[in-house]
Amino acid sequence: MTRTTLMLTVLTMAVCGCRKEQQQARTVRIDGSSTVFPIMEAIAEEFQKSQPSYSVIVGVSGTGGGFKKFAASETDISGASRPIRPVETEACAAGGVEYVELPLSYDGLAVVVNPANDWANHISVEELKRLWQPEAQNKIMRWSQIREGWPDKEVHLYGPGVDSGTYDYFTAAIVGTEHSSRGDFTSSEDDNVLVQGIAGDPLALGFFGLAYFEENRSKLKLLPVDDGNESNGAGPVLPTFQTVRDGTYQPLSRPVFMYVSTSSLSRPEVEAFVRYALAHSAHLVEEVGYISLPERAYSLAQSRVDKRITGSLFGGKGSQIGVKIEDLLEREEQDK
Amino acid sequence: MIEKPYGTAAAVQHASPRDWPPDSRLNPGPERAFRAICALALVLPLLLLATLLGRALQEGWPRLSMEFITAYPSRVPANAGILPALVGSAFLMGLTAVMAIPLGVGAAIYLEEYAGSSRLTGLIEVSISNLAGVPSIIYGLLGLELFVRAMAFGRSLLAGAATLALLLLPMVILAAREALRTVPHSMREACFALGADRWQTVRRVVLPMSLPGILTGIILALARAIGETAPLITIGALTYVPFLPDSVHSPFTALPIQIFNWISRPQAGFRVNAAAGIIVLLAIMLLMNGAAIWLRVRFERKLSS
Repeated sequence: MTRTTLMLTVLTMAVCGCRKEQQQARTVRIDGSSTVFPIMEAIAEEFQKSQPSYSVIVGVSGTGGGFKKFAASETDISGASRPIRPVETEACAAGGVEYVELPLSYDGLAVVVNPANDWANHISVEELKRLWQPEAQNKIMRWSQIREGWPDKEVHLYGPGVDSGTYDYFTAAIVGTEHSSRGDFTSSEDDNVLVQGIAGDPLALGFFGLAYFEENRSKLKLLPVDDGNESNGAGPVLPTFQTVRDGTYQPLSRPVFMYVSTSSLSRPEVEAFVRYALAHSAHLVEEVGYISLPERAYSLAQSRVDKRITGSLFGGKGSQIGVKIEDLLEREEQDK
Repeated sequence: MIEKPYGTAAAVQHASPRDWPPDSRLNPGPERAFRAICALALVLPLLLLATLLGRALQEGWPRLSMEFITAYPSRVPANAGILPALVGSAFLMGLTAVMAIPLGVGAAIYLEEYAGSSRLTGLIEVSISNLAGVPSIIYGLLGLELFVRAMAFGRSLLAGAATLALLLLPMVILAAREALRTVPHSMREACFALGADRWQTVRRVVLPMSLPGILTGIILALARAIGETAPLITIGALTYVPFLPDSVHSPFTALPIQIFNWISRPQAGFRVNAAAGIIVLLAIMLLMNGAAIWLRVRFERKLSS
């Protein structure tokens, strides 16, 4: 037995000793949001086919967890399902990390009910707010309390976990305060669990990413949402690829981003990856269930990279509701 | 003749449970009821397990192929495979074993054979039992600070294996001590009487006799570790790695992480992949448990001959 142990030890030391640096030097390190992961995976897969000498690795730590690693220079690119927040901006500054913010796609949040629900055919932002705000806890418990005429039956709520960017965006858009809502709803980090829950509960109402609705159309009923604002499409609007992209489905559509460290951008593999991502996102994001930005937005984003424009379009203040990313980019371009 | 250690099959088989105890005929009611309850306690979890296995097999079996095992991850479910995850898990298990076994068995030998029963050893023993019950994510946090940051291993296989080794240590120590205790004291005394010192006794008599138990404990602990996700995600294991690890400093992913990622994707195709991944993971666990049984039987036979 001693002999075996000795051999194993020698073997490990031999493996430890050699070849440490080569791979790191040509690798693009990405981490961040689980919402953005499928996009990163798609881009990485295609990028690698076109550039076999570079490799790309992607982790999933969530938007917040990703920014922590990004601020510590442990990653080159961070995926985010919401804009960077003040604390995260400060952490980056403290770590000496400057970044370029690049939008990748839109994502819609779907408000869904069970197909057996024959009373709710659309819902307004106001009604959603009355239902989801913190004050509603233990008070708004029945469908009849949401809208007159709806049956006097219990309402069962389903939503993503409170650590997700999806929850953050929904609360910011509906309740008005990011990260604030009633607590008595069934939550899961896995949107598929929410799909199963709502599909099996005739009194359910919940929300999650549009892609999860698209894949489970037969089991769910999608509600059009009315934001009470006539200027971007009157009345309730159904979330579709079209209405999310042209900004008529408001306020529950949001852009998702990647943040690139400027010091990493000087490495050829990172520069090439970012260029590839912005050139090919338009069709790759749709393949994995997201909604592409207009072509113009990607080319404006590329010019941000070329000019190394740092900082956030959102002033580093986190989610903003109802903005069209191409308008922000266009305005910035004209200001220069 | 060598006295059999407690707990081995031979020691228990002096009476068959069917004809003992003999007085069950006097009052068969409670006896039968108790028996039924015990049987139910066995059948219920087995049923649950069978359902889970059945579903995974039903969903994932058609997807299993050589291609699935040898392909890299992909955004297209039908093209995606588990190769980097599988190799990552294998590397991880090997490295973890190399780190946890010598330390764990060494600590157990020290505690059982050398340390007296002082207040300090008592404290150490309680701590080890407590550590065995600490949630694995706590080890992940420890690993992140200690191995990834302080010791600068980075988000590498080495950091992952060191974290898992920490997680396994209490289990290995407990299992090894249990096995060492099954060696009857008379064996040690006989050894001393022949003029052997402690080291010779441990090496020639105690360790060989307890080896089947120690190995079983180690393999069962490793089989648990291969399914761990939380500590690996905490220390920064990746999800998408398009190459195989080429050194212990490589970034890596592991099977449970890949499965977890697929399960949470919207497309049904990824759930099928997850089911297939679960089958592979279960097969590895079964193999490891099988190896544990085989080793135990082999060493026991060797000892009694």
